[in-house]
Amino acid sequence: MGCNLYEKFPTFSLYFLVVRFASMKLNLALAQISTKLGDVQSNLEKHLAYIKQAKSQKADLLVFPELSLTGYVLQDLVATVAHKPTEDDPVFKHLLEASHDLDLVVGFVNEDSRHRFYIASAYLSGGRLFHVHHKVYLPTYGLFDEGRFFAWGDSVRAFDTRFGRVGMLICEDFWHASPPYLLWLDGADIMLFSSASPGRGLNDQEKLDSARWVERVTKAYASMFTSFVAHSNRVGYEDGLLFWGGAVAYDPNGDLLAQGPYFEEALTLTQLDLNQLRRTRARLPLLRDERTNLVQKELERILSK
Amino acid sequence: MNIDLTINTGLARTILTGFVKSEITRVGYSRAVVGLSGGIDSALSLALAVEALGSENVLAVRMPYRSSSADSLEHARLLIEQFEVPSETIEITPMVEPLFERDPQMSKLRKGNIMARERMIVLFDQSEVFKGLVVGTGNKTEILLGYSTMYGDSASALNPIGDLYKTQVRQLSQALGIPAPIIDKPPSADLWSGQTDEGELGFTYAEADQLLYLLVDERYSPQECVDAGFSEKFVNAVVARVRRYQFKRMSPPIAKLSNRTVGYDFLYLRDWGT
Repeated sequence: MGCNLYEKFPTFSLYFLVVRFASMKLNLALAQISTKLGDVQSNLEKHLAYIKQAKSQKADLLVFPELSLTGYVLQDLVATVAHKPTEDDPVFKHLLEASHDLDLVVGFVNEDSRHRFYIASAYLSGGRLFHVHHKVYLPTYGLFDEGRFFAWGDSVRAFDTRFGRVGMLICEDFWHASPPYLLWLDGADIMLFSSASPGRGLNDQEKLDSARWVERVTKAYASMFTSFVAHSNRVGYEDGLLFWGGAVAYDPNGDLLAQGPYFEEALTLTQLDLNQLRRTRARLPLLRDERTNLVQKELERILSK
Repeated sequence: MNIDLTINTGLARTILTGFVKSEITRVGYSRAVVGLSGGIDSALSLALAVEALGSENVLAVRMPYRSSSADSLEHARLLIEQFEVPSETIEITPMVEPLFERDPQMSKLRKGNIMARERMIVLFDQSEVFKGLVVGTGNKTEILLGYSTMYGDSASALNPIGDLYKTQVRQLSQALGIPAPIIDKPPSADLWSGQTDEGELGFTYAEADQLLYLLVDERYSPQECVDAGFSEKFVNAVVARVRRYQFKRMSPPIAKLSNRTVGYDFLYLRDWGT
């Protein structure tokens, strides 16, 4: 966001500071929706309704959950619900059009030109596709069977938006520490996580194990990477699975900015004061001090064993 | 070793009533049918269905046999009054006795299975009459131990309590206001006079639940369960039961011939398209 302008035009710095600070807010909306399993048209209509609502509440960016256009336990439905994030796609043409009003992150099944199917998130803005992330960790254990039905993504990349540099991850991606770490080093100051997380682990605690775990790690990433972290998780049942919702947004201090309800549909809005990145990192220069050469050297040693 | 099976009943209540509502309404229904035995499991399923759908939308069906205990019928009546649900009482005696009479040597087990399956027939018939789906009443303990009659009491359209151990069924029932006499009495299938689950199984639910929790939920090996203080004989008996009754937890296996076979590579959830 043009920090070097201070050095070039020192006399304008005070003026610039005011302008710059006034514009550094992001109204973030997290849509925790329930979906119809395999009914893309119906899910699209729900997306457009939420987009309309978020727009009326002055949101700049609206994040939908994992596989928000299709539902989660797709099994043999995968090929029939796949789409391409292009203008001529019957689903994405509507979403691209809607992205003139506010930026969007949507979850879908992406089919590549060679007919491999990925769990994907698309970032749409101003009628254009900015980035597609393919889920890089497909849980295939316990109640999960993603590796059986989907191709594995093979890149983790941050990308530039009108709000700064952003990174997207999908569910199991952030159960591993490396994808958020890579996004951090690649310049992402805002991490947008989306999930279809089935509730599990009922005991005497106030929250389900799965909710407690995800809240713990998302808060930890915000704290350790001194970055904004937002998580959009779906709700609703698919057979006996209940997706627990509970969207969250944390600021670069790891403080909770907003939290959606559990188990029910909701649109959760919060304002990200992007200048908090500067204040936090001035106090706590973890990014400045990160020793990436050390990491690289040690990783090379470890992996060459 | 302290094994705590306590659950957050508020959370369980929210999840299970939501489940009943979702899985009934999304297939186009708004009502439920529950076979009410007078025992705790069906009492809990009834309470969850009432909370999910409203009392007028849940039909309680009592299906006594002539030797059924008077307590069972009375406890079911208590629940019908408390939850203010419509009810039917359909005696199965005249339906099952002609079959019993064909074989004077018929064992208690065979008679019990016939009664359980007759009740299933009545319940699914009432399902059509009332336009409601049959809500299951099998808990996790009995499902794991295979302590049920296939196509009898285990038959249902959806089961909200199948992931709760008996101990947890008791805890949640208390939270939902099931009367104490129903919670406190010894569990029984009431298929013959004096029958109790624990007498038939040879161990108590409290013991079985703790062991099953370690074996199933915590993935302990049988030896680790013995090391944790359970008797080897008990552990072996439970492990053998869980394995032996796997078939009761499955659809019948289909012999594969084609490239696409139901159950193997024709895979869709029940909620497909809804």
